[in-house]
Parts: sequence; structure tokens; C-alpha cells
Amino acid sequence: MTEKNKTLVVDPIDQAAGNGLMSRRLFLNSAFAGGATLATAGNAFAQEAVVGEGQEEWTLMPGDDLPEYGDVSRYEKGRVKRFVAPPPGLATASLSGRTPLHLLHGTITPSGLHFEVTHHGIPDIDPDRHEMVIHGMVKKPFKWNVEQLENYPTVSRQYFLECSGNTRVNWADPKPDQNFMYMTHGLVSGSEWTGVPLSTLLDECGVSPDAKWIIAEGADSGSLARSIPIDKALDDTMVAIYQNGERLRPSQGYPMRILNPGFEGNVSIKWVRSLYVTDKPVMSRFETSKYTDKLHDGKSLQFSLEMDVKSVITRPSNALSLEKRGMYEITGLAWSGRGKIAKVEVSADGGRTWAEAMLEGPIQSKMLTRFRIPWMWEGRPAILQSRAIDEFGRVQPSRKELLAARGRQAYYHYHAIHSWSINARGAVRHVFA
Amino acid sequence: MFLRKILMASLLLCGATITVAQESRFGTPATQADIDKRFWSTFPDGENLPDGQGTAMLGKPLFEEQCTICHGTPEARGENDVLFGGHGTIGTDKALATVGSYWPYATTVFNYIRKAMPYTAPMSMTNSEYYSITAYLLYENGIIGEGDVINKETLPDVKMPNAGNFIMAYPEVPEEYSIQK
Repeated sequence: MTEKNKTLVVDPIDQAAGNGLMSRRLFLNSAFAGGATLATAGNAFAQEAVVGEGQEEWTLMPGDDLPEYGDVSRYEKGRVKRFVAPPPGLATASLSGRTPLHLLHGTITPSGLHFEVTHHGIPDIDPDRHEMVIHGMVKKPFKWNVEQLENYPTVSRQYFLECSGNTRVNWADPKPDQNFMYMTHGLVSGSEWTGVPLSTLLDECGVSPDAKWIIAEGADSGSLARSIPIDKALDDTMVAIYQNGERLRPSQGYPMRILNPGFEGNVSIKWVRSLYVTDKPVMSRFETSKYTDKLHDGKSLQFSLEMDVKSVITRPSNALSLEKRGMYEITGLAWSGRGKIAKVEVSADGGRTWAEAMLEGPIQSKMLTRFRIPWMWEGRPAILQSRAIDEFGRVQPSRKELLAARGRQAYYHYHAIHSWSINARGAVRHVFA
Repeated sequence: MFLRKILMASLLLCGATITVAQESRFGTPATQADIDKRFWSTFPDGENLPDGQGTAMLGKPLFEEQCTICHGTPEARGENDVLFGGHGTIGTDKALATVGSYWPYATTVFNYIRKAMPYTAPMSMTNSEYYSITAYLLYENGIIGEGDVINKETLPDVKMPNAGNFIMAYPEVPEEYSIQK
């Protein structure tokens, strides 16, 4: 990232905000696209050496046979991997595998790098012995296995999933966490999910007009349960059976899971086997003692289901320092649990001035949106920040604003502006600013 | 226009007929046994609580045998979730959310341990044993008496100290705590 743009000449007219932020159109408009010129051909006829001299060995012999299931390059295995938090105690600890956002591009997270939080381990489910039943306040209860679900007209949609514990270290930790982005932001990922709209199945059962909630339970060893509001269930909740074009992986709920777009991840019950239609929430452990947000006055927010508007710069970030002065692309991800991202602004001076970043389309509702903005780093200290705004005008708050409204013990739903400081040597650190 | 109305009416009628029939294109009608096997939720009003009963006195040895290894005792914390104490800490910088200090419903305690505990062998005890361990947790948190009988009739009546402190945040976080003014 340090080499590619170094010859670009900067015109002051392209500056968009303080400390080197450039117009988001700069890369689009400029003809900086490499400028490779055709090398003049040597006179090959005058030489008798084999033509392949100097080529790498993989160019000079046929490669491997095709694998049944493709894998990443062996050179990437150590570099791009999920960070799995070590268990702090015994086996009952929740485990989380975090997405290395700073090493990925685009908006789709490879399935094997999708974040995972598990409270009772990953069940090894035989699909021939797994069925999901819809019952309760319905005219007639039905059950389905994955092959039966497969027969319905499916929908495929791209959605982000985020654990509401993502970024939680920023609530109470007195000092900014310096682990790579894994720890602060690695519990959000984006996928294409394919499944049957839950409303289709509910219609077949005949839901009572008095129904208000649906209690979803999984087949994991904790029978993890959460209450889903009926309006959500009838809107865009799906029973997903595919992720990124292939059947769900065991860790993502194989053979079937609930997917509530834009909601905190815990509500999207994996390995779902029971949907109980009723008029009240179940008040399960994970919607009372966990996934409730403790406020400064002793109260707690409950059923804070919808994810907030949020963004983070993934490059540069604290695992990716700047090696030399020059033109960089600042890029990152923005998302909102309510709808589409409308705008992302970036600051290079700790929030004094802001410039609008380019959003890479298509911009999809409740999905990660990538933003980009050129930045000329001239070797001066900087604080990089991004601020997302969604189509409903919800603005990502500053850390100060968030803590003022909620206190420091909320644990869940931290979504404030994230700050990367860059010193004169180009080292990047997480700071509270 | 009139014909169209008749057509619409008959279409609607057809739709209604189909709805009443309640057919699933590819699903199978579910039996009560299908439901019972998969439905573990119990509710604060007592719905779906099973038969059986217990007391804290009966629950103490069960807790010590099955739970202490991870959760410690009222006197000494274990490595995993603290279940005792913490009263009065919620809302402070030293918040300790336990069964006694935080959980709003006693039915949730029973529901969770009955389906998920012991961690390495969930559902391996009887309903009366799970009622007894629930009673022990409530007793050690000062919520019920040592000999109080806990069953599907009495458990919903147990008042948890922090029950009144939860605020519904769906579909909107109340203005007072909203970031979006």
C-alpha cells in the first residue's frame, strides 16, 4: 500500500479537509492507473538460451491437480486467520472467533473467517435427524427438515451480522485496547444468506392475530433461546440454509438457522429447532442476564435488538503502520441495523474537519458498505476517524457522547467513532479521542 | 367494473378457503411429541414449567457436587459466572451481575440450568433436582427461605430484587438514553 501511489502529483484543489484528506473523486478522476508502458522486445532470435530462464519454478511446470474443495494459498494461512479468543477459564466460557477485518477487502467475509460466538460449543448435527417445528398460537403446527425447506422459493440477500458485544472493550477499559482490530471490531462480518422467508412458513401455519413474539430455540447443548418480535419475523427474518452459496457451516447453524437482518447476532438462533408463536417474550438467560445494557443509573436496556449505525477504518489501522510518506487510501466499513448507509465522513485531524468518503456500491440495506478516501500523509501526526450516517439520519456518536448517554458498564452496543493515531514515524495506535 | 369486482371477491374467497385449510406445501404436520422434544422454554408466568419440586436444603449438596467446580461457592468465587452476591453494585463502576443482583425472573434461572447445565452433561438431572438447585441459588442470594418449596406454582411468585430495572428498548431506545437526539 505504500508503493503504488507515490508518483501522484497532488493539486491543492483536490484537498477536501485538513491534514491531507483528499477529494473522494481523486482516484477516480486521475490517470494514475499504473501507467505501465510496453517494454521493447529484445531480439530473441539472436540468443540460444531457453526462453524460460529466470522464470519462477511454478511457471516452468504444470501445477497441482484440482482439489475437491479449494483452499487459500498456503502462504496466506498464517496471515489471514480468525482470531479465536483463548478461554479465560473452564469450558463453560463463551468462545469467540473474530474476523481479521484489516486483512480483508470488499464486503463479503469468507465463510471460514466469519465471526463466531458460541456459548455451548458447536453441535455436530446429522441433518436427517434435525427438524424445525413451528407451534403455539397457530392454527396448525408444522415441521420441516432441510430438504423440505430446500423446495421452497428461496431468497438470497447480503446482510451483516454483528455481535452486540463487538467493541465492548471500549466501554469500561481505562486505556485503549492495543490488540489488532480483531479484539475491538472483529465480531462483525458480511455474507450472502439464502433461505426461506420465515413469513412464508408462518403463513402456512396460520398465525393468530394476537401473536406478538416468536421464541426461537436451537438444538445446541444449551438450547439457546431468544424472543423475536412478530413484526420482525413477518418482515425480513429468514430461515437460512446457505451462506455464501454453500450450505451453512456447522459453526453458523447447520443445517438451518434464523437470520434477523440488522439485529444483534445472538437473536439469530443457530441450529434452530423450535419456533413458538406466543404473546410474550420468554425472558431467557440471553435476553435478561446477558445481552442487556447496564446504564449509569442502575437501569438496563432490554431487547436493544437493532444494531446501531457504526463504522471503522480498517486501513490504516493498528496492525498496518505507514512505512513512508505519500498518498494512501483510507478505507473501512460502515453499517446500520436499520437500513442503508447514506454517508461516511472521514477526519485526519481528530474530528476538527471532515471530508466525505466515496461509498462503494451497490449500497445495501443492513449490509456492510465499504468507504474509501485518498489521503496524503506528509509525515505529521494525525488522528484518523470515520463517522457513519444512515438513511434515517442516525449519526454515529463520538465516544464522549455515547458514554454520556449510557455510562461505562453497558458492555453491549458500543458503536462510537473509533480513532487511530498516527505518529511521525507512521506507527498506528488506538486512542480515545 | 362489476365483473372485476366479482372476480376479486371470488379470488379473495378462494384465498380465505386456502388459509382455513392450513396446508403446508412441503412441511409435515407436527405432533405433540415433536413439539415436546424441542420446546424447552418456560415463562415468567409459569407457562410450560414441569412437575416436580425442591428446596434449598436439598439443592445445596447437588450444587456442591455439580456446580461448584466452575461457579465456586457463596464464599469463594469460581472461574466462571459468579452466581452469588453483587447486591447494590448494578449502576456502579463495580457492577457484579449475579442471579441475586441482576436476573429479573426466577423462572429464567430454572429454565436455563434445566436445559443447559451441568455444562458437560446438560439435561442429565431430574426436574426436582433442577428445582432444588434453583431454590439453593435463590436462598443463598437472600431471596427465599432455606425450606421454601419451589415448584411450578411457587417459582413464578418469587420476586427478584432487580426485576423493576429493565427498560424495553424495542423498537426504539427511550429518548432519555438515546444517542440520536
